[in-house]
Amino acid sequence: MVTETTEEAAARLVESLLKGNRRAAGRVISAIEDGGDAVEMLMRALYPHTGRASIVGITGPPGAGKSTVVDELIRVMRADGRAVAVLAVDPNSPFSGGAVLGDRVRMMRHATDPEVFIRSMGARGHLGGLALASHNALLALDAMGFSDLLAETVGVGQSELEVAGTADTTVVVVPPGLGDGVQAIKAGIMEIADIFVVNKADHPQADRVVADIRDVLRMDLKRPEWTPPIVKTVATAGEGLEDLWIRIRQHRRYLEESGELERRRRARLEQEIVEIAERRLREQVLRPRTATPEFRAMLTDVVERRMNPYEAAEQIVPKTAAAG
Amino acid sequence: MSEPRLRILMAKAGLDGHDRGVKVVARALRDAGMEVIYTGLHQTPEQVVRAAVDEDVDAIGLSILSGAHMTIFPRILELLREQEAEDIILFGGGTIPEDDLQELKRMGVAELFTPGAYTQEIVEWVRENVGEKAAGGSAAPS
Repeated sequence: MVTETTEEAAARLVESLLKGNRRAAGRVISAIEDGGDAVEMLMRALYPHTGRASIVGITGPPGAGKSTVVDELIRVMRADGRAVAVLAVDPNSPFSGGAVLGDRVRMMRHATDPEVFIRSMGARGHLGGLALASHNALLALDAMGFSDLLAETVGVGQSELEVAGTADTTVVVVPPGLGDGVQAIKAGIMEIADIFVVNKADHPQADRVVADIRDVLRMDLKRPEWTPPIVKTVATAGEGLEDLWIRIRQHRRYLEESGELERRRRARLEQEIVEIAERRLREQVLRPRTATPEFRAMLTDVVERRMNPYEAAEQIVPKTAAAG
Repeated sequence: MSEPRLRILMAKAGLDGHDRGVKVVARALRDAGMEVIYTGLHQTPEQVVRAAVDEDVDAIGLSILSGAHMTIFPRILELLREQEAEDIILFGGGTIPEDDLQELKRMGVAELFTPGAYTQEIVEWVRENVGEKAAGGSAAPS
């Protein structure tokens, strides 16, 4: 038997994915998650087939009801004839690295719909970073033909926020009764929101949160063309989701007509190329130069104050070389 | 390269609502460094297999306490074969009489744990039987 090269195996796997084979899609995403050389081969085959789907990021603090909002949004989008793929990112345990990924529980009624694909991803342990791994996973589902991709993340960590940042449209889900209004969500999350969802809107504190968000938005002068709408939902009762879907489509139209979509995607790709190149520099240039006995000796010099960190860095990457 | 992370789907099939056991096992597998995808109660074999395929898990752990094990386990094995996913290991737990247990194992259920099994015993079994297989074959796309 002739042994297949990894390159041929990757191409065959992608070919199978493009024909709609879910088993192949599941495996492609696993390989993307594991990182390594297979990712480059897979992306070579996948990339020409991507760029068609809309990517909507859904984020917010724990307990906001994101998974229930996603579940109901899938229902509305399916009724509108969309093929929906969901990537649900959950944190891993800082102690064991393991995770219980439970977002699916709320979405199981869609589990046998052929036009729905749901995939759970642990946030930790991605060689090239979570944002890159999750974005590549979304591209695989884009290539498979899903028209709309939903990326659900917990809006707490920097890397989870970066995942939301790779979306075309970012929806921030806020629950009422989080103590001091929007305090919990304002760091970083307010700025990335294209649409706000105040979920559990039957809660007595819901209108207060809506007013708080409105106040914050009023102070935000950076967005002349698009003011993020605030959508009230009661996801457990299926209320407000049609409105959310209308707003998502409106934002999409705004992105396309204003040229903002093109600009966002261009900026994101620029960042991605730079990140990939930076990782290479670290691995191919920095690592060999720092994994030496000379480096260990130099480190001791720095520890014992015979040399300062800048002088040591100069020995690894001289300034002239960095400029050239 | 990092060690391949084991991904295990934990599901409750059938009509009973006793999910404490399956949750305890899910947490124990997490504490052993695995990624556990939990699908909740009352799953049909079709839902379980679809989730296992989309999630590309190494194994399915199924808890059945309703007595429907002789229909549900074989149906899942059949669906896995249809999806060309018979390399996904199926194990389970529940109140299963000895005769049924032997019969299910002959059909292809890898292991069954009955009430009284220690959580650590289940974790060890998964690590040895699922981990070995995953380390041997699934690092690169195949």
